[in-house]
Amino acid sequence: MSTHDHDHQHDHDHDHAPISDQDGPISRFELLETAIRELLIEKELFSAADLHAQIDATESRNPALGADLVAKAWSNPEFKANLIEDPRATLGEMGIDVGAIAELQVVENTENLHHVVVCTLCSCYPRMILGVPPAWYKSTAYRSRVVKDPRGVLQEFGVDLADTTKVRVLDSTADLRFLVIPRRPPGTDELDEAALAELVTRDSMIGTAEALDPQS
Amino acid sequence: MTGASPTLQDTRFGPGSLVRVSDRASLGHCRTPVYLRGRSGTVVGIAGRFRDPERLAYHKPGLPLQTLYRIRFAQRDLWPGYEGQADDEIEADIFEYWLEPDDERQREQGR
Repeated sequence: MSTHDHDHQHDHDHDHAPISDQDGPISRFELLETAIRELLIEKELFSAADLHAQIDATESRNPALGADLVAKAWSNPEFKANLIEDPRATLGEMGIDVGAIAELQVVENTENLHHVVVCTLCSCYPRMILGVPPAWYKSTAYRSRVVKDPRGVLQEFGVDLADTTKVRVLDSTADLRFLVIPRRPPGTDELDEAALAELVTRDSMIGTAEALDPQS
Repeated sequence: MTGASPTLQDTRFGPGSLVRVSDRASLGHCRTPVYLRGRSGTVVGIAGRFRDPERLAYHKPGLPLQTLYRIRFAQRDLWPGYEGQADDEIEADIFEYWLEPDDERQREQGR
């Protein structure tokens, strides 16, 4: 209970939405992060410049890389098979380092099987391919509901699955990260890889959307 | 490098094994979701050998490496009154030391 608990009569005029205060008191975890970061820098385990270089590298990753991979997989069945079979080696050949922390797995959505990815425990995400996860991916609502009612959640995202399509939820509980190859939209036979990549959204690679339809 | 594929001989379970996730409680950091504890699933793959997150979280090296399995669960077995399709599934990655053989189901299937 805050000490600020006098009766607050809200009878004055308000024509604005409540303004959330981004400069509120520092949270326990922010404090912990700052303390540990400063200690590690002080002990010269890494420098402030190293840290910023890493933040830059992480933030420079974005879903465009994933979209290029999907477009290439759509265009080239052999590449797709290799990507699914051995993502690390296949990406390594292209000069893409998926990092040492987690293993990437690639799965394909088809007419009969729809994958959707979640991390119920926190926010594990294939950052090496898709960059930083969207805010909703980390929300308790998404994490708790998509495992229990995947079809309902997908419908809210605008994905209406046929009853004949099986849903497979992938919960990234440990060391694997998942990239979904969405279904290739119909009527895209003539498109080259660059044009195909434009149809591949971030959400379609999480499984919460279909790839864009070029007709619409 | 962690994640190197173990040979099947090194692992307690293989693809197709019927397993149950231990229903025990955990103290501190753990990568086995509560909603899967005590539930039966099927091994669909061996993800590799990884450092143990329950030790890593407490500044230990996380060794020896632990075998991580891909386990598939039927949605209907997890949620009473599940409203999707009968064959909808969830896959999760569970470490070997959280898994026990599901002898009961193994016997049923053997009949």
